Amino acid sequence: MSAAPESSPPRFAPGARVRVKDDWPETRGPCHIRTPYYVRGRMGQVVRPLGAFPNPEDLAFARPAPRRQLYHVLFDQPPIWDEGKAGDTVMVEIFEHWLEEA
Amino acid sequence: MAAPPSGASLALLDKLVAALNAKGLVSETEIAERQAITDRASPEIGARMVARAWTDPEYYALLMRDGKAAAEAAGASMAGAPELGVLENTPKQHHLVVCTLCSCYPRALLGYPPGWYKSFAYRSRAVREPRAVLAEWGTQLADDVEIRVVDSTADYRWMVLPMRPAGTEGWSAEKLAAIVTRDALVGVTVPRV
Repeated sequence: MSAAPESSPPRFAPGARVRVKDDWPETRGPCHIRTPYYVRGRMGQVVRPLGAFPNPEDLAFARPAPRRQLYHVLFDQPPIWDEGKAGDTVMVEIFEHWLEEA
Repeated sequence: MAAPPSGASLALLDKLVAALNAKGLVSETEIAERQAITDRASPEIGARMVARAWTDPEYYALLMRDGKAAAEAAGASMAGAPELGVLENTPKQHHLVVCTLCSCYPRALLGYPPGWYKSFAYRSRAVREPRAVLAEWGTQLADDVEIRVVDSTADYRWMVLPMRPAGTEGWSAEKLAAIVTRDALVGVTVPRV
């Protein structure tokens, strides 16, 4: 992949268990977020790092946008919605500053 | 397709273009070039990529390694386009692409997203009840096939690489491309003979 070079290497390796921060910046004021509400606070597993990209939360406000590591993170689908079929999954692109070690 | 633009919005667009021109930010030529790229993009490019991946092992390897390069090789114009990720369906795993936040879509190889892809109904239901959505499209999957919904939220655009259907042995890439639809590249359907 030809993602732009990053300043720091990925913190999480494929297979790492992570938790998405249970954070709701939209309750504190204007913001731009690429972390869907339905995965906030949820446990997931890193599939792979996708490269580093300018942080869209800054880009949206024309602020200097440092590059952040982006990951494909996998979630089991049924626990998110309390319905669905075991084994089905949802895979979401999530930036590193939204992830914590689980 | 969306409704045609109103006279008022066209007038506003003219003023915006004139202002950008006057400030030297964007030239008419650049706008025409972008427009040509957008007009050239159609699901035929994506279909060609899939058919070639089914018939050419080297191209398949390139597609899985570097989607953008593979798209360029198939005639897509990827200048300034986001990264292209490829999601390969297998007998045990089916991918379905959605953008719950807005309507991110691999336009360079599929053209404009269809209205349903941008609808609130699809965006909210695809992540919540993907099997019900697929059933409405007439897409039957075996019980042991895992559905992996891919929410396109950031700097990649995603295309599904469907499985080549049985009964297409010996087909040319051209004939194969004809059964690969836009909907199959999003994952709501699978190619059929």
